Amino acid sequence: MKSFLSIRNLSVRLKNGSPILRSVSLDVAAGQVHGLVGESGAGKSMIGKAVLGTLPRALSVSGGEIWLDGTDLMSLPPAERRRRIGATAALIPQDPLTALNPSKRIGPQITRRLVDILGWSKQDAQDRALELLGEVHIPDPARVMRNYPHELSGGMRQRILIASAFAAEPRLIIADEPTTALDVTVQKQILRLIADMQTRHGTALLFVTHDLGVVSKVCDTLSVLYAGKVVEEARMHRFFMRPIHPYSAALLAATPTYTDPTGSLTPVSQEVIDGVEAEVAQHDARRAR
Amino acid sequence: MTLLRTIFLRLLTTAITLFGVAVIVFVVIRVVPGNPIAMMLPPGATEADIARLQAQYGFDKSIFDQFLIWLSGVLQGDFGTSISLRQPVSKLVLNRLPATLELSIMALLMAVLMGVTLALIGTRFRDGKTEGVVDVTAGMALSIPDFLWGLVLILLFGVFWPVFHISGRISPALNVDFTTNFYLFEAIARLRFDVMADLAAHMFMPALALAIPLAAIVSQLLKQSLKETMHLDYVTLARTKGYGENHVITREALPNAILPTLTLVGVQFTFLIGGTVIIERLFSYEGLGNMAIDAVINRDLPLIQGIVILFAMLFTLVNLAVDMLYVVLNPRLRHA
Amino acid sequence: MRDARGDLRRPVGLRLWLSGGWLTLLVLGAVFAPWIAPKDPLMQDLFLGRLPPFWESGTEPGFWLGTDSLGRDVLSRMLYGARLALEVAMIAGTLTCIIGAALGLIAGYYRGWPDRIISRFVDIWMAFPPVLFAILLIAVLGPGLWSIIIAIVVIDWTRFARVIRAEAMSQGAMDYVASAQVAGRKRFGTMLTEILPNVLPTIVVLLTLEMGIAVIVEAILSFVNLSISTDSPTWGGMIAEGRTSVHQAWWVLVFPLIALFLTVLSFSQLGEGLKDRFDPVLR
Repeated sequence: MKSFLSIRNLSVRLKNGSPILRSVSLDVAAGQVHGLVGESGAGKSMIGKAVLGTLPRALSVSGGEIWLDGTDLMSLPPAERRRRIGATAALIPQDPLTALNPSKRIGPQITRRLVDILGWSKQDAQDRALELLGEVHIPDPARVMRNYPHELSGGMRQRILIASAFAAEPRLIIADEPTTALDVTVQKQILRLIADMQTRHGTALLFVTHDLGVVSKVCDTLSVLYAGKVVEEARMHRFFMRPIHPYSAALLAATPTYTDPTGSLTPVSQEVIDGVEAEVAQHDARRAR
Repeated sequence: MTLLRTIFLRLLTTAITLFGVAVIVFVVIRVVPGNPIAMMLPPGATEADIARLQAQYGFDKSIFDQFLIWLSGVLQGDFGTSISLRQPVSKLVLNRLPATLELSIMALLMAVLMGVTLALIGTRFRDGKTEGVVDVTAGMALSIPDFLWGLVLILLFGVFWPVFHISGRISPALNVDFTTNFYLFEAIARLRFDVMADLAAHMFMPALALAIPLAAIVSQLLKQSLKETMHLDYVTLARTKGYGENHVITREALPNAILPTLTLVGVQFTFLIGGTVIIERLFSYEGLGNMAIDAVINRDLPLIQGIVILFAMLFTLVNLAVDMLYVVLNPRLRHA
Repeated sequence: MRDARGDLRRPVGLRLWLSGGWLTLLVLGAVFAPWIAPKDPLMQDLFLGRLPPFWESGTEPGFWLGTDSLGRDVLSRMLYGARLALEVAMIAGTLTCIIGAALGLIAGYYRGWPDRIISRFVDIWMAFPPVLFAILLIAVLGPGLWSIIIAIVVIDWTRFARVIRAEAMSQGAMDYVASAQVAGRKRFGTMLTEILPNVLPTIVVLLTLEMGIAVIVEAILSFVNLSISTDSPTWGGMIAEGRTSVHQAWWVLVFPLIALFLTVLSFSQLGEGLKDRFDPVLR
């Protein structure tokens, strides 16, 4: 299967030189859902940010390629790169409470970029926004378009952000922990909504999360990230049957639903962590040579 | 309605503050040892003449009675009669007020324009040399008060490179038959470009002197606020939509970052209005402040009182207006 | 936890050196004015009126920075003017600081009715145009050094009171103050031993800034001719004279203006520099 997003040996460093991502490679096939799993601090959000060009200023890409739809983004000049990302990819952010501009009404926040960047007519953009808000099950979309973000609940806002992400029919969506900031009750609905939308629109989806349970529900393939390094890339089915890397196995064992739901959590053992550390160190040493 | 309640409470405290100002001015200036009446009369005036004039201005009564008489007059819009200029204080003051208002508003506009521009430049090129330059410039501008900036400007644009007028409000040769004393606003409304240019050439330096310290404050506060806003998720989201840095700063971050700056600018604007007193003196600009200094030098009690009260009213009104503006501009408060 | 050794190793910034240097020079000039001033600052000689500074043609020896329209030596007047400027800065700054900080401390720590009264007065003060208020006070008190000092104290105490009140309030809410009170200490004692030392850095910073403000206020009052007696040399008075003859003799305005500019800038940079050193948040 041809991959729509292909990251090859991507390295990201802090300005002072310490590595955040170490030669990461992963592929997202067109129309497929790829999970990116790892504990917090593993650098998984940074992969999404590197692709979208929104890395914090303290970080920079120090090497590697990011192929999006057959073009290496890293080889493009910044303005061209930004335009291409805007036209082909979209982000579903983590925290719906801070991801909408508090001083603007909902409508323009969805439609403006369609008009500004993609050159749609105002009416087309308006119709499209109404249609999408309906698709994400927002009651009375015409009224919501005139609301300010603070007038809506967190779940509503996340639906709006999902609608907004799909507005320009992007070929790739990066969802960065899209359910983490929500109530447990809302989490499930939003997860189902993202999965439904993805199926209906046939969009490739890079799903970043720390929760293997979530991954098992929506993903086709996944990558496991540990200490800035991909330790395993696998198809979903194979991964849950037979994880290869010791860290993956430990992670799986620590997720209650997929071993014994009644059993206690097994923390990742120190041996495993030491093993991975050694491997990472070895890898660094190889690169340094 | 909470909004109405807030406005009512604000008006109440405003009234108390104004009353306090009136009392203090009244008490302070009646401690003046010199007798203002004696100065008005030609040498050789009799005791009876002095007594008659004192009675006319009410100086023969106790301070408390004088205050009550004055206050009841003020509540009816009568601020008494100026001793040195022998005209009603309200008329004198209202004739001069437009000049001071135009100067203050012009200075405010310049300050906001310069401050916002500096803040945007500092944010656009943040974490670099340019930001350092912006910080140092603002720090300098802030350390030096308007009076000194005025003198520096006089030297720069009045002496060494004389392009602007260093004194007055308007060239006497200019034939201005306007109905109001808002010369600048009326000139704009009537499209009298000659008058506009002349007023601007007079107003530029005093307004700039007043504007520089405020511009520095605006730029510092706004840049801080912008830098914090730039880290928020909706700004990041806007970047992924294909918008460039300039759009992200001016359209996404600025509208939100400017709100916290606004309230602080309100207080600073009252400082700016207070600064007109000495700046008008420095540039011989015919406004309220210049008149106030003359009134003090001439011991013109009713005029001093009138001007100080007017300034106090202006200050409290500005603060009130800023609070209202904050509510109007902030959607969160508007719908609360 | 902050590493205390870091504080000691941190270099004193360039701006602290520059501003400290200028102020030291100024103090020396003011103290030794009678010995180093080339001329008598009050001596008039109409034949030597408006002499330009030494590098231009048509000067007389000894009048380094030229003379004003009455033939008085600009440099000598500046040196004597520095005396007055610094006297006002020291005395008025310190008095304003003591009174304002004390009121702020009481308002912020005791809260209740003392706070309400003091805050009400601060509000009323905020509604006065400060320069006009100062001029009014001088008109009432009559010209003179102590009138200027009193005027500065009366207008500017609120600057200290506002800031110190807020600081004392936040300090008073902290646990160590509560524990001192539980231990049975008197409130007034707690204020002096627990709160005051913690707001002291802020007081020092404000005091430095206030000295710069005092210098400016003195200059403004001299400028409108309400400072000391008319012919004693003051920077503000020189500037006022220079302002009227600026087209004929720019040096009468420029040199005192430079002195005033540098002094005000130095006090404020010193204050900002101290703030950076004291404030752990900014570091």
